[in-house]
Amino acid sequence: MSKLLLLGDEAIAQGAIDAGLSGLYAYPGTPSTEIMEFVQGSKQAAELNIHRQWSANEKTAMESAIGMSYAGKRAMVCFKHVGLNVAADAFINASVTGVNGGLIVVSADDPSMHSSQNEQDSRFYAKFAMIPILEPANQQECYDMAYYGFELSEKMNVPVMLRITTRMAHSRAGVQRKEVRNQNGIKLPSDPRQFVLLPAIARKNYKNLLLNQPAMEAESEKSPFNAYIQGSNTEMGIIATGIAYNYLMENYPDRKCPYPIVKVNQYPLPKKQIAELYNTCKSVMVLEEGYPIVEEMIKGYLNVGKPVHGRLDGTLPRDGELNPNIVAKALGMTVTEGQAIPSIVKQRPPSLCQGCGHRDVYEDLNEAMKEYGTGRVFADIGCYTLGALPPFNAINSCVDMGASITMAKGAADAGLVPAVAIIGDSTFTHSGMTGLLDAVNENAPITVIISDNSTTGMTGGQDSSAHGRLVEICKGLGVHPDHIRVMVPLKKNHEENVRIMKEELAYQGISVLIPQRECIQTLARRKKTEKKESND
Amino acid sequence: MKNDIILAGVGGQGILSIAAAIGLAAVNHNLYIKQSEVHGMSQRGGDVQSHLRISDAPIASDLIPAGKADLIISVEPMEALRYLPMLAATGWVVTNTVPFNNIPDYPETEEILANVNAVKNHIAIDAEAIAKEVGSARSMNIVMLGAASLFLDIPFERIEEGIRQLFGKKGDDVVELNLKALRAGREYSEKNR
Repeated sequence: MSKLLLLGDEAIAQGAIDAGLSGLYAYPGTPSTEIMEFVQGSKQAAELNIHRQWSANEKTAMESAIGMSYAGKRAMVCFKHVGLNVAADAFINASVTGVNGGLIVVSADDPSMHSSQNEQDSRFYAKFAMIPILEPANQQECYDMAYYGFELSEKMNVPVMLRITTRMAHSRAGVQRKEVRNQNGIKLPSDPRQFVLLPAIARKNYKNLLLNQPAMEAESEKSPFNAYIQGSNTEMGIIATGIAYNYLMENYPDRKCPYPIVKVNQYPLPKKQIAELYNTCKSVMVLEEGYPIVEEMIKGYLNVGKPVHGRLDGTLPRDGELNPNIVAKALGMTVTEGQAIPSIVKQRPPSLCQGCGHRDVYEDLNEAMKEYGTGRVFADIGCYTLGALPPFNAINSCVDMGASITMAKGAADAGLVPAVAIIGDSTFTHSGMTGLLDAVNENAPITVIISDNSTTGMTGGQDSSAHGRLVEICKGLGVHPDHIRVMVPLKKNHEENVRIMKEELAYQGISVLIPQRECIQTLARRKKTEKKESND
Repeated sequence: MKNDIILAGVGGQGILSIAAAIGLAAVNHNLYIKQSEVHGMSQRGGDVQSHLRISDAPIASDLIPAGKADLIISVEPMEALRYLPMLAATGWVVTNTVPFNNIPDYPETEEILANVNAVKNHIAIDAEAIAKEVGSARSMNIVMLGAASLFLDIPFERIEEGIRQLFGKKGDDVVELNLKALRAGREYSEKNR
């Protein structure tokens, strides 16, 4: 079979399909989105009838995947690192229930925050849940680890985390496929109470999880994904995890590093190899993409052993992603950069598309808010967060999915009336509905704007779970129909929209405004497909 | 042999099509390839870049080390300058000369081009005009690929093959148009090197 040219994300998807995946569950988030998109576009996945619809949020995705595992089949759940925060309750408890069918949790971290609000390291979560981590260093390992991860999960009776970072997710290389394995059949857990986490059962399960730890460590020690690579210069030994290994080797064009290396791609850390490195070398350098988690473990709280270098002692920067040059500097090599950037080069930040409905919403809102002054608009996660930048300068917060509504309510509780929340349709169905229920229950004097472009725009236009039912959802949650106002955000409606906004801002209770206009990106794509279909 | 290439532009300008065409040509020529892309937030009108590495030996890093790129292909002149720290002393800049102005403080075009001309090895090409001449302004990025192809260690026929594969689904007319754009770009570089 010839090699496929795949993104890391796509390689994970193909590896999972070939390993007998029965269901993929996910909520879009950069850099994880392309895993689901690949499965949705795969003919093979369609023929195998693999579940491949987007979930409302990461928690519902995680729980559905646990349900599929309960039924004996192999399931995978994918999200970005902050999505794991949303799924954390289910995620942590899944290590206590254990699995039936193999279960892989893909968490895609975004060090340097290319498209994120923080750069948290998912490996902490896996350590917290006491489950193995697979961290690929190349696209082939992405494929191989997704393929092997289910087996490891079934063998160890826990979910397995597949942790990637932005560069791994969004880089393409050749990938060799393996034999396609059949899906598991339906098979209930042998113990009918395995998934019932009543305290008495949970205590028993938890003890088993603890007893299982040495077995997980032994798996790491014999894993083909981990390696002890001999080196002649024992002044220093290097622990390189995930893609940090690539940046290390890039600095040795003949691929021969003089220092002994432990290449770590499977956790818990392979103790035998790490101990050998520590005992053989006079000092240790830790190269890892993300937080200094391995470094902290090796160093220990009192730092009384051999010198350990890494992000904590300033050998490498404390934050941000690594690259070959940063690693070269840490190794004491000289780095020659090209010419400096000429001073005339200006920043080009991302911006809302020309013709985007969110632009009109902000023009309407800024006008309507004039009499109240600035500092009262709580926004959320999505394209409309770009309303923070000029020319709009319209919003005052962006914290986490759904926080616009609840923060506006909290501010109104404090006396900041009116307070405004602006949230997209997909973010609203992700985590806004429960917050709106809080506001309804107290008839909080806030104005919620659900800027509805009928898609998940920032990640490239995936289905939104609202499916055109926002008015019904708001009514169902108890918002009075008189205060649910639908509008069309277009220039020609500016005056009328401002008037409606002003009316609802003056109302001393909960109101919801729903400006509705399709995302211009998905609209253009739809028009193109329709044109093509009518031509065919 | 190795070619380390930075592709630069503004979100939506089609740098990933250039990367895909070179990628296909490299794979067909049995070379190793790694290509890192930018997805997500920056695609909304921000500056975007792709690191494309091809080699006859396995490649370690997905990112090109600063100061080591052999080639910058930019579909926008100011974006070409943004990546100069990545360029090796012997490297080439191949850039489109037509600005994409979506920011309030975009510099004067003359100033930008003066800075491009100050780079030792450069090709500055009005890819939009050439694309229009061969039939469609939309093939601007393929004109750029043609202009840059002179500096790739891949036979030109392989790149043509890559174009055929990439646009094959869209019909013979589209393939022909893009092949014309590719050749026109190549010709410009041959004359102006």
